[in-house]
Amino acid sequence: MNASHDYQRVYVWEQPVRWFHWINAACIVALGVTGWLIAHPPGLLNGGEAAESYWFGTVRFVHFASSYLFVANFAFRLYWASVGNKYTHWRNFFPVTKAQLQQVWAVLKVDVFHSSDKPVHTLGHNSVAYFTYMGTGLLTVFQVCSGFALYASMSHSWFPQLFTWLVPLFGSEQNLRIFHYAALWAFLVFTIIHIYLVFYHDYVEGHGVLSSMIGGWKFMEKEKIAAAEGTGISGLPVRPPTAMTAPKPKSEI
Amino acid sequence: MEIETVRKEETIYQHLISRGVTRREFLQFCTWMGGCIGLQASGVAAMVKALETKKRIPVIWLHFQECTCCSESFLRSSHPIVADILLDKISLDYTETLMAASGQQAEKSLRDTMAKYKGEYLLCIEGSVPMGEDGAYCCIGGKTAKSIAEEVAEHAMAVIAWGNCACSGCVQAAKPNPTEAMPIKKIIAGKPIVNVQGCPPIAEVMAGVLVHLLTFGVIPQLDNLGRPKAFYARRVHDTCYRRPNYDAGLFVESFDDENARKGYCLYKVGCKGPTTYNSCGTIRWNGGVSFPIQAGHPCIGCSEANFWDNGPFYQRLPNFPGFGIEATADTIGAVAAGAAVVGAAAHAVLTNVRKRKHIGEQAGEDAEQAEHNHAAQQNSNPSQKS
Repeated sequence: MNASHDYQRVYVWEQPVRWFHWINAACIVALGVTGWLIAHPPGLLNGGEAAESYWFGTVRFVHFASSYLFVANFAFRLYWASVGNKYTHWRNFFPVTKAQLQQVWAVLKVDVFHSSDKPVHTLGHNSVAYFTYMGTGLLTVFQVCSGFALYASMSHSWFPQLFTWLVPLFGSEQNLRIFHYAALWAFLVFTIIHIYLVFYHDYVEGHGVLSSMIGGWKFMEKEKIAAAEGTGISGLPVRPPTAMTAPKPKSEI
Repeated sequence: MEIETVRKEETIYQHLISRGVTRREFLQFCTWMGGCIGLQASGVAAMVKALETKKRIPVIWLHFQECTCCSESFLRSSHPIVADILLDKISLDYTETLMAASGQQAEKSLRDTMAKYKGEYLLCIEGSVPMGEDGAYCCIGGKTAKSIAEEVAEHAMAVIAWGNCACSGCVQAAKPNPTEAMPIKKIIAGKPIVNVQGCPPIAEVMAGVLVHLLTFGVIPQLDNLGRPKAFYARRVHDTCYRRPNYDAGLFVESFDDENARKGYCLYKVGCKGPTTYNSCGTIRWNGGVSFPIQAGHPCIGCSEANFWDNGPFYQRLPNFPGFGIEATADTIGAVAAGAAVVGAAAHAVLTNVRKRKHIGEQAGEDAEQAEHNHAAQQNSNPSQKS
């Protein structure tokens, strides 16, 4: 036995989840860049005739085309949340149990406030991350609904027409558009923090979180795995406690 | 004997002919109007038949908080028959601005029309309804606008809300909305309401809505904001003659630059055409002479709700709600993103300072050291492992 490492390789992110992640990332980059250009078109051409160029139309086309990929990819992830492994399960994303909320506090103390030195080890995401992705999921839903609502008048396709109900809620398209645009900044802020925290966790904990979104594997000491799985949080639904995990004090009959 | 204040019944066509309009002029009008409201050829025949056989619709036209520019626009309709047929030939039984009667006689005319044509008259409202101070900001004949609107609407066939005031409150409902001005759709319930948007609406659009009602006896098909689709289904942007410049990325940067003289797209100087639904690009104004964008001015979005609060007019992206008057989404976003970057950098430094020894403790970092640590941990605290 290699006691020095005592590491175990755990397959956490299945291939469909990884594909989702990178397609999603590519879509957000494409939509963000083209969205920015649509909001702030640079004055590239100072002369010439309209018939000679179509670059702004192309930018808009890329924005609309990648939005369809974005929503299809997201729909697939929602499906996978019910058929994928427990780390991808939809239940993880809802902060409903006391244990989850306690973990949120513990993670904030260790990772953000630096007021505790007891690291929280999880195989899937930790609870803070899961709920953040719940937030980005809702942001995605809003971006999809508002984007297609704004796009509906330019399309004869049935799909964008499903979202026209959103315009009256905001009074006018101009009101909706400003929120659709502001969400771009929200995605940008999320991306900054997201990338920083992945590097942070990879560096501080050394569990291979950065490469896990490429290969799917995480590497963790066996006792940490047991502790993480024992909480029942790291990848809901809860598995029945095994003999290997320490029984919780309050679980006596 | 009581004075007859309600007019005699007569078909629209009879009335027109008696006024000296020829059959030819009448048919020209029908064809032109049919084109405006988007009818196919057979629809024009239906319109001719309807105007020949139908009685005039009694109309009550109320004015509340507004500037009368809707009436002004309507009166300046390009086709001579429009004002004639619609002001004279639909029976305008009560309107504060144009009626001859005044005072008690005017109020009597209103009551007579409501009584005689119960459930048949068309109610047109120009202006918004103030709700603040129990409606004291707009009273006519001792009654508040709200009570008048509710009373007259109760037995109306349908309600037409003229202009941005009646559709979404316009300038008096802009922040801070001191009189608590409300659009008609929030006052009247249970009646079909047609929102004829614009500040003012295009005269031909107003005429088209009325002719549609006369011809088919029902209100026209509406979009999800209650506007007739025939006129408000397309964006000004999609019908704009400058649109090819937009797709080519040719933009006016300031009003006095070379691009402005070349007639490039006004998107970057605040044109609201991309989010405004109206017929300005097709029907245009003053008999099709021009419209704001053609005159070199960006669309201000006057047929959309809250367009006064979506300013500044000459800025493409409006200020972000809830952050004072000068904060755009970009200012707020840049501050948030900057804070995120600075926060991450500070956190990275802090992590390296505070967690340095924990990072060094990772089992795999130095195999020999890790083995030592592992053994030490097992010896010192055996109960932790089960």
